[in-house]
Amino acid sequence: MLDQSYYDKVDEIIKHYGRKASSLIPIMQDIQGEYRYLPGELLTYVAKEIGIREAKAYSVATFYENFSFEPKGKYVIKVCDGTACHVRKSAPILEAIFKELGLSPKKHTTDDMMFTVETVSCLGACGLAPTMTVNDEVHPVMTPEKALALINALKGEGA
Amino acid sequence: MIIDNREKLEEKRVSAREEIASYQCRILICAGTGCVATGSQKIYDTMVEMCKGLENVSVEFQKEVPHLGVVKTGCQGVCELGPLMRIEPYHFQYVKVQQEDCREIFEKTVLNGDPVERLFYSKGKEIFARPEEIPFIAKQTRVVLENCGSIDSENIDEYIAAGGFSALAKALFDMTPNEVIEEVDRSGLRGRGGGGYPTGRKWKQVARQAEKERYVVCNGDEGDPGAFMDGSVMEGDPFKMIEGMTIAGYAVASSEGYIYVRAEYPMSVARLRNAIAQAEEHHLLGDNILGSDFSFHLHINRGAGAFVCGEGSALTASIEGNRGMPRVKPPRTVEKGLWEKPTVLNNVETFANVPNIVLKGAEWFRTIGTEGSPGTKTFSITGAIENTGLIEVPMGTSLRDIIYEIGGGIKGNGEFKAVQIGGPSGGCLITPHLDIGLDFDSVKKYNAIMGSGGLVVMDEHTCMVEVARFFMSFTQRESCGKCVPCREGTKRMLEILERIVAGEGRLEDLDQLEELAEMVKSMALCGLGKSAPLPVLSTLKTFRDEYVEHIVEKKCASKTCQALRQYKINPEFCKGCSKCAKNCPVGAITGKLKEKYTINNELCIKCGACKDNCAFNAVYVEA
Repeated sequence: MLDQSYYDKVDEIIKHYGRKASSLIPIMQDIQGEYRYLPGELLTYVAKEIGIREAKAYSVATFYENFSFEPKGKYVIKVCDGTACHVRKSAPILEAIFKELGLSPKKHTTDDMMFTVETVSCLGACGLAPTMTVNDEVHPVMTPEKALALINALKGEGA
Repeated sequence: MIIDNREKLEEKRVSAREEIASYQCRILICAGTGCVATGSQKIYDTMVEMCKGLENVSVEFQKEVPHLGVVKTGCQGVCELGPLMRIEPYHFQYVKVQQEDCREIFEKTVLNGDPVERLFYSKGKEIFARPEEIPFIAKQTRVVLENCGSIDSENIDEYIAAGGFSALAKALFDMTPNEVIEEVDRSGLRGRGGGGYPTGRKWKQVARQAEKERYVVCNGDEGDPGAFMDGSVMEGDPFKMIEGMTIAGYAVASSEGYIYVRAEYPMSVARLRNAIAQAEEHHLLGDNILGSDFSFHLHINRGAGAFVCGEGSALTASIEGNRGMPRVKPPRTVEKGLWEKPTVLNNVETFANVPNIVLKGAEWFRTIGTEGSPGTKTFSITGAIENTGLIEVPMGTSLRDIIYEIGGGIKGNGEFKAVQIGGPSGGCLITPHLDIGLDFDSVKKYNAIMGSGGLVVMDEHTCMVEVARFFMSFTQRESCGKCVPCREGTKRMLEILERIVAGEGRLEDLDQLEELAEMVKSMALCGLGKSAPLPVLSTLKTFRDEYVEHIVEKKCASKTCQALRQYKINPEFCKGCSKCAKNCPVGAITGKLKEKYTINNELCIKCGACKDNCAFNAVYVEA
């Protein structure tokens, strides 16, 4: 069970966008912005409040890649594998990060909830490829070595 | 300030220009996504701090008091040389500015007007002090990007000073909606999102619908990996796009517009929100614009990570709060678009072209570009090129000029192999195509499309089979799953491509790949599916030997495909330390201590652990 504060927050978000079907996506985005994931209970609640079927809400939430029902780590790392980054060798960077954190394409978040690692298809900073972001802050011209140094620095910060 | 008639707009323009001219010095710092990533925000903070430290000088406009300006601009273009800084009135362009440089810039340039020469762009012995002198910028024609990098994109006054909203005023007070449509139609402007559909024709179709409730929608869902032109326009000159959309609203009698921005562009969303709020505050957007009886309201919708939402009907479905899946057409978006109402749907760059067309006229626009594709086109050039960045050139400019004159040639003096144009829906152009003038029609002849304008340059280190696999894995992942040809076809094509790069391909795979590609191309429901096979078809046609080499000789000449690599130990460098053998997870390396070690390629799983761990650089990869 989620704490009442979650529902209060969601009420505030719903009020901002209005109780209508077209508010679903922005509401989910704000909930995820707040909690770094989309708790299922809240989605059920939102569906009821804005007057759509629960199944519809889930069908929309699962369609878009950005929504996650799993809690994410404190640091969300997105490694860009867009064309420009791919051509400038982004794959070894992802491999190095996976190896360092014991993650894989199937396991995205570390057990201590510190890191979530995802790939993204273009961050729009192609001029500085290859790039990655940590909680939306762009890090340019990466190498596997720089990525590992960054992760170790974050580990120090988080401890 | 409320600007509720044309005279007030002109008064505001005069005062804004005077204000800008009154600064003793203005420091323009690039705050495009690229430069922010290389630290331009810290440089901005440092410069503000230093200016604030001066006595009797203000860091913002103040009458009677000498003042300095520190301004964040949109993309100044040469992302690779960031963080970028321009200083007016001296018009110096500094590149790769570091925080340690700020003190010197402040003391020499800001206080005394002297240049810091080491921060100018240089090539060999040549030094370029002014932005227009840098070859990368000198060869461009900036229409859409005219303000990008030279004005503060968060301040409406600067846009007004640069001539902003005069096109809107002209449309509202000197032209009928029909005349606006005619002007855009005669200009020959074609949709810059990639399709190249005539914009004027689209507007006409919406204007003649019986239904009176209409919408204007801007497609800012720039999903092609390797493209960032629209993002740069939204970040660097958001007001221009808003003005273009408002003019479109007036032309087709719509009072409501939506901007759909992809989720990966948080900075575009922030700048647009700010721009909308400022325009509304000045009555340049909202009810009774400029005191006229025309009202237009704008909303922003953020994407949620679905590439297919760049397709028109999927995009409108997403705004309505549904799964972003395309539908069967007709009815087309101009008849039944958003909320099933007639809708003008254009992309960012298209709208950003509109103000200049209305202001300077269709004839002026037609003097730029080619007969069939007038105007300019923005491109993002990336990949294996010396100067990556954002450019704008007249339609019809050759690839050779773009790559060698503007882009500075292939990185590290490498050899040009191909340029990928049009993203995952596009194709590859190669050496014989270097002199073709790029426009909507010319590229189509060579199995490629203009697309939104991402150019990814590839050199001899790029494997074309792997590139085809890369794009196919992208479109397969992004296929929405609604129609069978795309959902199943892309999956099967990807499986074949994966097999080939893993060294397990068969020659008959190539025929099957071609057959599948033709099927998906002709039968898929929407543009994403129809164009998904293009990279495969284009590389199969141009680089068939590379496919054959992977299949028959099990070789990847560019050494990209991991499974086809052959790890070898150079006996001249090997000291027999045994470190490689100890690190090999499958026991493929054998030898005696202090003697030469060898790798058994039958057992090797190509993980590269030996190469990573060799202290003597004795392990190398053979193609």
